[in-house]
Amino acid sequence: MSAVDPVSGQPPAPWYRPVSLADALSARARWRKDIVAIAGCTDLMVGWNAGARRLPPVLDLSALAELRSIEAGPDSVTIGATASCASIARHPVIAGRLPMLVASARQTGSVAIQNRATLGGNIMNASPAADNPPVLLAYGARLTLASVRGIRTIDYASFHAGYKRTLAEGDELLVSVTVPFPAERVTAYYRKVGTRRAQAISKIAMAALIERDDGAGPAVVRNASFGFASVGPVPLPAPSLSRSLRGLPLSGIDRAQVERALAADLAPLDDIRSTAAYRRSVAVNLVLAAIDAAREAAPRG
Amino acid sequence: MPVPDVAGSVAPGTAAAAVAGGASPSSRAARGLLGAAVARKDGPAKILGEARYVDDLVLPGMLHGATVRTRAAGGILERIEFGSGIDWDSFVVVTAADVPGINATQMIEQDQPVLAEHRFRHAGEPVLLLAHADRGLLREAVEAVTLHERADPSPVFSIDDALALRGEVVPGNVYRDYLMSRGDLAAGEAAAEVFFEGRFETGAQEHVYIEPQGMIAYVDAAGVLVVEGSLQCPYYVLGTLTAVTGRDAGSVRVVHCTTGGGFGGKEDYPSQLAAHAALLTLKAGGRPVKLVYDRAEDMLATPKRHPSRTLVRIGAGRDGRLCFLDVDFVLDGGAYTTLSPVVLSRGVIHAPGAYACANARVRGRAVATSHPPNGAFRGFGAPQSIFAIEQAMDGLAEALGMSPLELRRMNMLRPGDRSVPGQTIDATTDFDAVLDQALHESGYLEKRDAFAEFNAANAAAGRPLRRGIGLATFHHGAGFTGNGEVVLASEARVRANVDGCVEVVASSSEMGQGSTTTLCQIVASALGLPLERVSQAPVDTHDVPDSGPTVASRTCMVVGLIVEQAARLLRAELIQKAGLPASGADEHAFAAACARYLDGHPRLEAQARYEPPANVQWDETVFEGSPYASYAWAAYVAEVEIDLATCEVALSGFTAVQEVGKVVNPVIAAGQVEGGVVQGIGFALFEKVAWGNTGTMANNRLTNYIIPTTADIPPVQVFFQEQPGGIGPAGAKGLGELPMDGPGPAILSAVNFALGTRISSLPVMPEDVMAALSAHALRVAA
Repeated sequence: MSAVDPVSGQPPAPWYRPVSLADALSARARWRKDIVAIAGCTDLMVGWNAGARRLPPVLDLSALAELRSIEAGPDSVTIGATASCASIARHPVIAGRLPMLVASARQTGSVAIQNRATLGGNIMNASPAADNPPVLLAYGARLTLASVRGIRTIDYASFHAGYKRTLAEGDELLVSVTVPFPAERVTAYYRKVGTRRAQAISKIAMAALIERDDGAGPAVVRNASFGFASVGPVPLPAPSLSRSLRGLPLSGIDRAQVERALAADLAPLDDIRSTAAYRRSVAVNLVLAAIDAAREAAPRG
Repeated sequence: MPVPDVAGSVAPGTAAAAVAGGASPSSRAARGLLGAAVARKDGPAKILGEARYVDDLVLPGMLHGATVRTRAAGGILERIEFGSGIDWDSFVVVTAADVPGINATQMIEQDQPVLAEHRFRHAGEPVLLLAHADRGLLREAVEAVTLHERADPSPVFSIDDALALRGEVVPGNVYRDYLMSRGDLAAGEAAAEVFFEGRFETGAQEHVYIEPQGMIAYVDAAGVLVVEGSLQCPYYVLGTLTAVTGRDAGSVRVVHCTTGGGFGGKEDYPSQLAAHAALLTLKAGGRPVKLVYDRAEDMLATPKRHPSRTLVRIGAGRDGRLCFLDVDFVLDGGAYTTLSPVVLSRGVIHAPGAYACANARVRGRAVATSHPPNGAFRGFGAPQSIFAIEQAMDGLAEALGMSPLELRRMNMLRPGDRSVPGQTIDATTDFDAVLDQALHESGYLEKRDAFAEFNAANAAAGRPLRRGIGLATFHHGAGFTGNGEVVLASEARVRANVDGCVEVVASSSEMGQGSTTTLCQIVASALGLPLERVSQAPVDTHDVPDSGPTVASRTCMVVGLIVEQAARLLRAELIQKAGLPASGADEHAFAAACARYLDGHPRLEAQARYEPPANVQWDETVFEGSPYASYAWAAYVAEVEIDLATCEVALSGFTAVQEVGKVVNPVIAAGQVEGGVVQGIGFALFEKVAWGNTGTMANNRLTNYIIPTTADIPPVQVFFQEQPGGIGPAGAKGLGELPMDGPGPAILSAVNFALGTRISSLPVMPEDVMAALSAHALRVAA
């Protein structure tokens, strides 16, 4: 090809667009992290536009129909890595069983972005402010990674290893995300805080899934799981908080207890979007709001 | 320049009518054109994507330009290093040494170099220009240039530091120090029984015009330097270009492209940018050079609204009657003078608000800091000082145990009153009617009570929602301040062609505000023609006279008046010399008369010049007199709902009532108010410039500088009242800036009402609300 890249003015970078997953995995195995896997490109393009760098070699996954599918089973839904936010938000089973995922997909950028942005890209880009990870953490999602060596699954909660680092190996691609349907008697509470109501990058976001035990006495927490954005180097679950709430009556959880647990779980910073103090305080408020919602949903309050 | 066949100097009102003579046009098509919601002239081309903005222009052989900027917050530029690996011979390179004329933007002072040479005052100051046909190579070349700078050890980043001389940007750090003093302050203080004192601050604000700044320059076949671009003030740009290039006005042409918004942001900076594009094309032998900023560079380098700090002391008798008012108003001018003196004077004049007070002192200073220069932004200093006085009125009302409404009602300006600057309020003013309608339409009184109950109940039940309502009453003077319009002596023409089509020939620049449509309505109405027969000639300094800059809410009122007078002169000429019937002539009769006239004359046009009304006199030295020919009056009510879980403030309602004289086009006027209110909502609740450690904007992306979306804006209720007092066509007054003044104070009042806090600065972000609630809790506990 003799065309010149309009951005860099250089001959075009290698742009590989395989039509089968096997070919994609071979390419990944050959070039490992020297080739950037791309899908919707809604985040990468912003970075490329801001810098003067030439485009890196890319592995374009957009021709792989098998990665775009969304399949509902009896206990879970499996979402292909390149399924778009828009397709997730309008999927009837997801809408019925996983309402927080619909909400987070609808809060990801603008409608135009939602049409291109993929769930896999939102995970693999590994931004601590990404919109869908908190919900995936709260629902207890599992990731399926593939390479020429085979396929493995991993708990999403353990996937993020550090700022912009994940446990994916250099030869692996994320192929799907499996989200289990929650148990009965759960309250799902998701809130993204971004100062404005649309097209915001979160200052903090929280997803909570609180499962009640409506025994003879007052409702207690059987299980509570959480996911947070923008309060640490990676999307964060809150294991201390989950542990500390287990078995407690919903009406007897006080602020200090939540504050203590979250102090161990979260690591908010001051940055260009907000302050650590604001994030810490709002995190507590959102947890308390989720507990209130669960209490109000319980038959005996 | 063409010599007008008909010229006259006209003053508003009777003199002009005497010149124009003749009966009023009676065409059915023109009847009622002033006040009609006609469709915008520029609408179809913009909707269809046919309008050409500067970045749409592609000229043969065109190069792209880029700018290398300083990194330190002031210092000495020691050396420019051109890195290896770049074929520098293939680039056009311009430095200060290439400036053939004066190396300074021609504003109030000439302190701002077009390109820094040795000493520089802020980060982001342009030093070096590059041009190349390939934008990719251009980006790499910009990165390959290293500026060796010796940074100033003590840059100044705040008003307080500037005043305390913790670092000195210019000797003394004060560009201007104005004093407006009336009555006897000491006597007023002695008479006062209840006092309030406060300190109020507002932040910088970015214009976020939808089209970033851009220019394209080339030398045409006749050797004329042509600069086309996105701009508000063609003759300002021309002034800088002639000075910088050393050319005369005949060999420089400035052409206005379709411009995607300005809001004041394209008042002074385009002169810099045009000079840069011109220097590049001159160095490149006249080859076209396009210099268009992306959003990040635009937000980094171009002016913002001046941050402000205002101290207010105010006192009243127990009845609420104001006894004295003492204001110390300071604007952060940034590193060069630019427009700060005039922004400051408007801020000083509006500082007493729309209230009568016999004993008043306003001191105003514009200080130098190490930020890039701040500049014009819709409202021009008034939103900052009106914010402070409105908040102080709320504070005084609380001290008096009165409602904010009662205190305003007691002191608002009424016909016959003298304002603090010294203007007698004219008989057509009915501020009470404006306030009454705002109260009625918003349900202010009922909601105040209902929200107070709602908040008490929610607090008792531990629920997180709170509601608030706030009121601001204010006025805004239209046109240049003081003697500005006298000095400008703006001119405009009306030109008719052989087919009877008419052009408005003026330097007023359409940038989305609707001025082309409004001016055409005025001229069509004056000539008795249907609107389709009138258009605005392209704004090109080789064709249009200097009608003054497109700023200061002056286009409809001042330029509209001039073109109306020019149209009357043209009509009188046709009646006198071409047999146009003095009444009852339709567009066919008009076209026939034009054809007859042009059979014996080379052209058919009339020019008029603005002369301010006789009662507008202003003594700049003591800030006394009548600073504006017309004022618009307004009462705004904001309603908010606050979720204590996130401390986010949601607007739940907004009511804007204003008296603006004749509304020439109700849809355009309502659009101005809605847009201004939204910009004011951004100023109050969303838009916070984060300064990096070298004093430039760190959040210079729209992902991190948050402007409100439509999802954040409630329906804005807009109501107009029309009193006959404006000096513009059919009594029109200025309107464009007014709606920027009210949202800030009204919203903050609503927030403080909802929370019982005493927040005193804008923007009020959720983080600020949270901090204020903690402080409030501590106060209550103590």
